[in-house]
Amino acid sequence: MTSTALTPGLGSPEPTGPHRSAPAEERRRSQQKARRRNVRSALLFLSPWLLGFVVFTAWPMIYSAYLSLTDYDVINDPEFVGLENYAEMASDPKILLALGNTAFFTLVQVPLYVIVSLALALLLDRAGRAAGFFRTVFFLPKMTPPVAVGVLFLLLFNGQNGLVNTVLGWFGIAGPAWTTDPAWVKPGLIFMSLWTVGSSVIILLAALRNVPETLYESAKLDGAGFWRTSTSVTLPMISPALFFIIIVNTIAGLQTFDEAYTAFFGSGNTTYSNDAALFYVIYLFQQAFEFLHMGYASAMAWGLFLVIMIVTAIQLIVSRRLVYYEGEK
Amino acid sequence: MTGIDVDLPPAGGLGAPAPRREPLLTPLATASTQAEVEQLRRNGRRRQGGPGRVLTWIALTLLGVVFVYPFVWLVSASFKPRSEVFDNRLIPETFTLDNYVQVWQEAPLALWLVNTVIVTVLAAVTVTLSSAMVAWGFAYFRFRGRGALFGLVLATMMLPGAVTMIPVFLIWNSLGQVGTLTPLWAGNLFGSAFYIFLLRQFFLGLPRDLFEAARVDGASQWGVFWRIALPLCKPALAVTLVFEVQAVWTDLMRALIYLRDSDTFTVPRGLKSLVDAFGFGGEWHWEIIVTASVITTVPMIIVFFLAQRQIIDGVASTGIKG
Repeated sequence: MTSTALTPGLGSPEPTGPHRSAPAEERRRSQQKARRRNVRSALLFLSPWLLGFVVFTAWPMIYSAYLSLTDYDVINDPEFVGLENYAEMASDPKILLALGNTAFFTLVQVPLYVIVSLALALLLDRAGRAAGFFRTVFFLPKMTPPVAVGVLFLLLFNGQNGLVNTVLGWFGIAGPAWTTDPAWVKPGLIFMSLWTVGSSVIILLAALRNVPETLYESAKLDGAGFWRTSTSVTLPMISPALFFIIIVNTIAGLQTFDEAYTAFFGSGNTTYSNDAALFYVIYLFQQAFEFLHMGYASAMAWGLFLVIMIVTAIQLIVSRRLVYYEGEK
Repeated sequence: MTGIDVDLPPAGGLGAPAPRREPLLTPLATASTQAEVEQLRRNGRRRQGGPGRVLTWIALTLLGVVFVYPFVWLVSASFKPRSEVFDNRLIPETFTLDNYVQVWQEAPLALWLVNTVIVTVLAAVTVTLSSAMVAWGFAYFRFRGRGALFGLVLATMMLPGAVTMIPVFLIWNSLGQVGTLTPLWAGNLFGSAFYIFLLRQFFLGLPRDLFEAARVDGASQWGVFWRIALPLCKPALAVTLVFEVQAVWTDLMRALIYLRDSDTFTVPRGLKSLVDAFGFGGEWHWEIIVTASVITTVPMIIVFFLAQRQIIDGVASTGIKG
């Protein structure tokens, strides 16, 4: 957009210039030596990540795959059980429940989240000088720790005297018991999650502002109305950002944990926990760290990985048809 | 490493080729000029007539109230006595500071705050330095397999935290670190894929001549990185630092996994323990929970106002780069 560095960046191809007067053999050897030194320096800079990758990613993946084939409670040695954990998952009613809850949450929350953030971004885009102020206002909730969001959910959506039902009451609507009625717990959590759309609003607003002015001008010259301009100019131009938001939020939705766990689970909440809020990662966490079924939880983790891969792959395939990338031909 | 919280530093969108646009976070251009240019462009575009603009402003104001009101409600409730917490009044009928005194007595809040500050500072500083080192390794040096290796870095962002969570717990357990604050930050010594990606993009925009010249003048590889590249990279380092501060301060799951004793809790973990003790499953002292929620949240609001530009530019550029 602005600043184009005048000098070639680090990303530009290596400047090639013929070396003068060095005999070929000697030159080759010194180049080789330089290259080896170069690789050694590179490895030195990469070493933190390489080490971390081996210790905290590669080995844990292998070990997790192994654990998923065992019974392991941390105290006794893992006992190999083959595919038993996976078979158990298929017949565990709570897995089905947690998958259903998670699917419901993701399928409803992600579209709402995208619509709300797009609406807010469009409003900001035509707000002129007030945009900066309202952008801050919409982003601020994103800074709230999820635990506090969970607390706010319990308070504001309280069935008897919560703020939400009080406001609904003004319009003659008797609000449901959001925090206790199994039918309304997930919708309540979804509404609460819309409070933290801030980062998506910023991303979409930046995308809207990146649409070149000339496109709007030529659309106008061609006699395109508001609707035509929106569908033929705005939407294609911001589709990469929209797609990005959908992917990131789908992945996050499938792993939702903090708010629902704060509100309904944990040591003090055994009498209060609500099956309607048992999301997949919450159940996984309980299996691993409350019941110490490390083998079973590892199998669950691989199940989650598989689901995320499949969902993301589908989204990528669909996006090829729908997302417009400016630089591509 | 922000493995669990995929949300703020968005970590996905890998398969998508990056849109060919110049990143917002461009070196040698300050965000303020960026904003000014944007502003100029805005003023020239789609200037609206009276009624449209008024409607936009009304809608924004109403929505703004909806977004701010939960904060106002929370702060207001923290100054109300127990019986009035749920009265939904904007101004407390009976104004009291008792809740703040009481929460301090009920919980080792000072200790929780100190623990959280320690973890947050260590995590943010280590992840910024280690990620910058690795990013420099990928940006400056040319070696065989660089592209594939960097692809591997990006691929790790796709891995759900749940897959590695248990073995990583077992590692810290075998090192006797469960129950201490170490597992909450030490993983950051090894860099984090998202930040490596972010910083590498920034380094790639710097003029290579500068570093070649320094090498010719006899600077060591480390010297080029430490004394020339890093100082030029301050805007991106600031974004990394602030993102990680937010991610670590608000992190709940790791604290749930690793912290056992109330004295070692971070603030989010402590707040969760208060919800357990005084919430619906416990003694129904919501005024304590409300007050602790305010204390947990306020530092993040301060961070936001101190680093608003870094946060907004950082978030905006992650979406653009995809």
